[in-house]
Amino acid sequence: MNLLAMTVLVAFRILSRHRLRSALTMLGIIIGVGAVIAMVSIGQGAKAAVQAQIATYGTNVITVYPGSINVSGVRTGLGGAVTLTSADIEELGKLPHVTDVGWSRREAVQIVHENRNWFTSVNGVVLGYLTIRNWSLDAGDLFIQTDIDAASKVILLGKTVVDNLFLPGEDAIGATVRLKNIPFRVVGTLAAKGFDSRGTDQDDVVFIPFSTAERKVMGTKFIGSIGAGFLSAEAPEYMDQVAADVKRVLRQRHKIRGDQDDDFTVRNQLDTVKLQEGTSESMTLMLLAVASISLLVGGIGIMNILLVSVTERTREIGIRMAVGAKRRHILLQFLVEAVVISAFGGLIGVVIGVAGAKVASNFAGWPTIISSHSMFIAFGFSALVGVFFGLYPANKASRLNPIDALRYE
Amino acid sequence: MSLIVCRDLVKTYSMGETDVHALRGVSLTITAGECVAIMGASGSGKSTVMNILGCLDVPTSGTYELDGVDVSTLGANRLADIRNRKIGFVFQNFNLIPRTTARENVQLPLFYRGIPSREQQALALRALERVGLAGRERHHPSQLSGGQQQRVAIARALVTNPILILADEPTGNLDSQASREIMDMLTRLNTQEKMTIVLVTHEPEIAQYAHRVITMKDGIILSDRPVAESQASPVVMEQAGG
Ligand SMILES: Nc1ncnc2c1ncn2[C@@H]1O[C@H](COP(=O)(O)OP(=O)(O)OP(=O)(O)O)[C@@H](O)[C@H]1O
Ligand SMILES: [Mg+2]
Repeated sequence: MNLLAMTVLVAFRILSRHRLRSALTMLGIIIGVGAVIAMVSIGQGAKAAVQAQIATYGTNVITVYPGSINVSGVRTGLGGAVTLTSADIEELGKLPHVTDVGWSRREAVQIVHENRNWFTSVNGVVLGYLTIRNWSLDAGDLFIQTDIDAASKVILLGKTVVDNLFLPGEDAIGATVRLKNIPFRVVGTLAAKGFDSRGTDQDDVVFIPFSTAERKVMGTKFIGSIGAGFLSAEAPEYMDQVAADVKRVLRQRHKIRGDQDDDFTVRNQLDTVKLQEGTSESMTLMLLAVASISLLVGGIGIMNILLVSVTERTREIGIRMAVGAKRRHILLQFLVEAVVISAFGGLIGVVIGVAGAKVASNFAGWPTIISSHSMFIAFGFSALVGVFFGLYPANKASRLNPIDALRYE
Repeated sequence: MSLIVCRDLVKTYSMGETDVHALRGVSLTITAGECVAIMGASGSGKSTVMNILGCLDVPTSGTYELDGVDVSTLGANRLADIRNRKIGFVFQNFNLIPRTTARENVQLPLFYRGIPSREQQALALRALERVGLAGRERHHPSQLSGGQQQRVAIARALVTNPILILADEPTGNLDSQASREIMDMLTRLNTQEKMTIVLVTHEPEIAQYAHRVITMKDGIILSDRPVAESQASPVVMEQAGG
């Protein structure tokens, strides 16, 4: 212990003797670690932001659309035949691990309040939809079952719609707005959700009871036809099973035979999450590549400068050996020097990386998450780089012949 | 008893095509407590013998027994141990570690012996006092005169209380005044501490400090004779007289 402490002290002294040289040697490690810390922080921040965005869709949601999407991405069977009904979705609610179901129908409409108007999409929804899709109130109340049953003319407004129809400070609750000249009473305004992953403003929306939409606003060729059905699963691990069950039940109900295409599309939210995780995984791999390359370059720099140092101090090594230093003493001395350089560089790199991430998040408005986990790993790795690349020069020094070292010019 | 027993030491350096025969068969016995001077022309093999005696180098052939141990068969670590515990070196060019204080230079052998730091410091300070350098312990080698540097080297050699001190031209880089001081110090270690001393010198006056002079030529021992009582050094005379 005493020996190690002394060796570390000597290493610090020798490195501080060549400040510029030590600093330049550290640079590779500093840049590598700094870049990795900054990029990991930004990457994790971005990942969290995307995850939060995905979560605005709801949790463990399986969505069913009428019509199928063929290989070329064109949706078929839409518009013509009615392929999905509220009865279908109600039936799916009986599947195991399904906690809630809901459905909606959408139409683009002009909505008017006094002398203002706004073009938005109106959604006829059932209560289950609002729960599954995680809509919460900013003010007022949600629909109640009697609104649905009685096809009441009540409406919920998204934040963007409120902003465009009402003056700042003006109370929307209780106001009357008109859709297709039908007066609706505003019962609630919704908490903002922001943009979805495709960049669509999720708050540019209004909700009315499904029954109202069906009977009074949209009109329908077929009672019960819906634009989309939503199911929430008990837990993420059941989602694949539920999605498969949905497919099976719907094919049965729609009397689709074995070789025929589905006339509906099932979308599993987990797939979106997996897709996103895949992206962040490849990003992590790229980071890892950048990190290893820069640590490699930094390590080679350390090895290079250590080889120079061994040559410069050959006589010193000889003197130490003459007074009784063993191979392991010399080995330890140079190894400690390498680790001090790399660990110190790693430490500075961590500090710079954290600062860089903070600056980036301030200027660019990116969210960043700085995890102590990644800091420890980066620091540990840089210390390891010191051991690895210090080993060769240190070993070379320790294998010097005492008399040759002493005689070295 | 014999501290050093060498038989037929041969050292050959192969320089590509030709071989350099630095030692061609040196046999030598030195008794504990002796003070021996080795003389001879440049290139005669004096330093080569010293390096082998100091376990810094190994002979091409021949045997070397130090303090009853056959050193020729030992590995690098055991040799380092022997250098640390039994031998103190004094070199012509001092061989102090630059930009390191006198005290730390003297501490070095104790450090590698694994002695606690406080004890190292105390012993180093005492050794520096003994060579008359009290108060200079914080000086770097570059801040000391040649004679003072050589005294630091002697302090480093004696701090471990070795049984053998090997000095290869210890006064080679010093003027006559400093040379005398260094030699006085070495002979004191011999007479008072009973350390065995082997020194190499070109100067007959320095050789006069020894009890025995070995003369080498072309890698062999030419003569090996005691220094006549009448030629003994002034210091020894003084001490004998006082
Ligand atoms: N590392 C070496 N490689 C090749 N030859 C060597 C080496 N070391 C010594 N020699 C040769 O060995 C011979 C003896 O050298 P040594 O250093 O022992 O002489 P010396 O008696 O100490 O001389 P000086 O009085 O000049 O110091 C010389 O001829 C020298 O050239
Ligand atoms: Mg010589």
